[in-house]
Amino acid sequence: MKKLIALVLALVLCLSCFAFTASAEVADVKLGVILLHDENSTYDLNFINGVNEAVAALGLTEDQVIMKRNIPESNECYDAALDLVDEGCTLIFANSFGHETYLLQAAKECPEVQFCHATGTMAHTEKLDNFHNAFAAIYEGRYLAGIAAGMKLNEIKANGQLKGEKPLMGYVGAFTYAEVISGYTSFYLGAKSVCPDVQMKVMFTGSWYDEMEEKNAAQALIDAGCDLISQHADSMGAPTACENAGIPNVSYNGSTVASCPNTFIVSSRINWAPYFQYIVNQAAAGEKIDTDWTGTIASGSVVLTDVNEAAAAAGTVEAIADAKAKLEKAEIKVFDTATEGFITVGGEALTTYTADVDTDLNFTPDTEAVADGYFHESEYRSAPYFDVKIDGIELLNSAF
Amino acid sequence: MSERKNITVHEPLFHLAKRAQIQPWKAWAIRLAAIVLGLVVCGIVAFILIERLHQNPDRIDDFYYSFIKGSFTSNRKIWKFLKNMAILQCISLAVTPAFRMRFWNIGAEGQTLMGVLGCIAVAFYLGGTVPDWLLLVLMFIAALVCGAVWGLIPALFKAKWNTNETLFTLMMNYVATFIVSYFLVIWVPSGSSTLGKLKYGKLPSFGHDYLVIILVVLLLTIFLYVYLKHSKQGYEISVVGESVRTAQYSGINVKNVIIRTMLVSGLLCGLAGYLIGAGLDQSVTTESVGGQGFTAIMVSWLANFNPLVMLITSALISMLNSGAAQISQDFNVSGALPDVIVGIILFFIIGSEFFINYQVIFRKADRTAAKEGVK
Repeated sequence: MKKLIALVLALVLCLSCFAFTASAEVADVKLGVILLHDENSTYDLNFINGVNEAVAALGLTEDQVIMKRNIPESNECYDAALDLVDEGCTLIFANSFGHETYLLQAAKECPEVQFCHATGTMAHTEKLDNFHNAFAAIYEGRYLAGIAAGMKLNEIKANGQLKGEKPLMGYVGAFTYAEVISGYTSFYLGAKSVCPDVQMKVMFTGSWYDEMEEKNAAQALIDAGCDLISQHADSMGAPTACENAGIPNVSYNGSTVASCPNTFIVSSRINWAPYFQYIVNQAAAGEKIDTDWTGTIASGSVVLTDVNEAAAAAGTVEAIADAKAKLEKAEIKVFDTATEGFITVGGEALTTYTADVDTDLNFTPDTEAVADGYFHESEYRSAPYFDVKIDGIELLNSAF
Repeated sequence: MSERKNITVHEPLFHLAKRAQIQPWKAWAIRLAAIVLGLVVCGIVAFILIERLHQNPDRIDDFYYSFIKGSFTSNRKIWKFLKNMAILQCISLAVTPAFRMRFWNIGAEGQTLMGVLGCIAVAFYLGGTVPDWLLLVLMFIAALVCGAVWGLIPALFKAKWNTNETLFTLMMNYVATFIVSYFLVIWVPSGSSTLGKLKYGKLPSFGHDYLVIILVVLLLTIFLYVYLKHSKQGYEISVVGESVRTAQYSGINVKNVIIRTMLVSGLLCGLAGYLIGAGLDQSVTTESVGGQGFTAIMVSWLANFNPLVMLITSALISMLNSGAAQISQDFNVSGALPDVIVGIILFFIIGSEFFINYQVIFRKADRTAAKEGVK
């Protein structure tokens, strides 16, 4: 009997594999991927893993995917895109914000090819049929990671080991850009939801990838009395500084537990595999790809790594699971402006905010984003536009 | 004790002697042999490192074919190759006058970046307010001025206070990078520090977008060749390079020559910056020059500071780079592998210069002993 079941299961597996690879349309798609750096950057590695996962799930062959690594944010990106078109790619993806204007140029020249761009902001105003933006509601992931941070702070506080009077977090950011501001604010709010008196200091490095600067910034925050550090930058700088100093760290882009076994708590990241699967399927079926696609927790695009029990506070896993379920059911909102004292600006409640959703030369704010008791992040376009400076968060340097 | 008696003269297995002269064909044969040897070593390294290759050894042909495929298998690739080569050639030409004078200018990266910044600054502030032709002229002037100033500062310090030009020009690269970062923060209030492609200030194109760049650099190559080999100023540069004392004795104002030559270098870097800014990117980032200012040093050096030979070396380096990138793409390997491959080949090419300048002489006793042994 067992043998029979095993045989049937094996057959089903084979057939289902067959069903995927035999799908003629998917076999016609050729995906070209343009990457800013290579595996050495956690940001790009996250995309490469996403591509590989999607390729395996869809049963694509080796020659259906071409990756171009180390393509700078310049005319090189345009050259690379057109070279991919020459190689027969029908679907081209670029992963860096600065690629956008050059990819757009290629999209205008090749209307028969679909172009997808992660983190960009221009698809909804350019209105091309073959140019699309994508991002994920990573602020929800950071909120959940923030809960882990808040619980750790509560634990430190209960043990009487706080460095100062109030729990203080440090955050290493890249630029004072909406993506980063949205990220650290949602992280802060996650922590605040379980640890109401938490405060945070933010330090910017002015670079998306600068190991030395990130390490120095983390160290400076630790020296300034922070009890816990998180970061939005792509190197191992901040996690390493935390491990050396024995300060708990909430990471980004993926688990750093291998290098930081004593201090790594949890990490949020965007999983790009669902998006790659989505665009390949749409292209295969000849269906339109969303102009702005926002991945969510529900679509599997926003994920958290395993919690490192050695460093996290007790009950963290349950608290995250609980909040995650509530977020999915929309019972709670990250940028909740209705709950009194949760989000304040200059002591006042946030009731209205005009965000810069449509990119123009002067970056003028154009869209009212606060309604129904919360800030509508990533709804009017996929890339984040929450750039409100709220109370409780102090920017140590803001010239970036 | 008895051993000591036997050994009369200690002669090493081989020794090195400087070659008085080498026939050009011999020199080129050595270089060619070095490249072939480099490629073989690359193949072995790649075989070990690339998973897809040791799973499927037949693809070693593909591996070598990539070097050609990367640059020549489609019209677009050929244009791109010529464009890459032209930009690299332009920066290499820029460093050459100073090098011939033995002024070790390693600041071409920063000088070119300042050129890009200068011309993009003009496009950013004046784009749309002045006619296109005027905008392009102003951008051109700004690029040249910025490049020249960045070259002149270390030259003035060298001429006045005899500062170390290598360190000075190197540091100026970092300063240039930070100045670009600074302006990007001011120009992009959203905080992303990404300017993106500007709508104004594009170099007009006829035939192909890259044709203007290629022609400009070709003309510049001829001009610089004539300037260095057949003009009085070019001769002065060579004399200062040979010996400052001789130059002073023959009445050459060394300080003036240093300043003038660095001005030329800076201007040419500015021009390269203009070609990048107005001809290609219409934008500036801290990576706009992307290390070509350093690669140019090697291009110039390998060509023995001869502008015409530089056409060969810049073509070779461009081809290697595109080929290596093609390998990364075709074999789906990390972007670090191309650097390893280019590094190995360059190591062999640079190493071969040693065997062109020196000859290896093996111990004669061995030969006679071997002969006797045969008898």
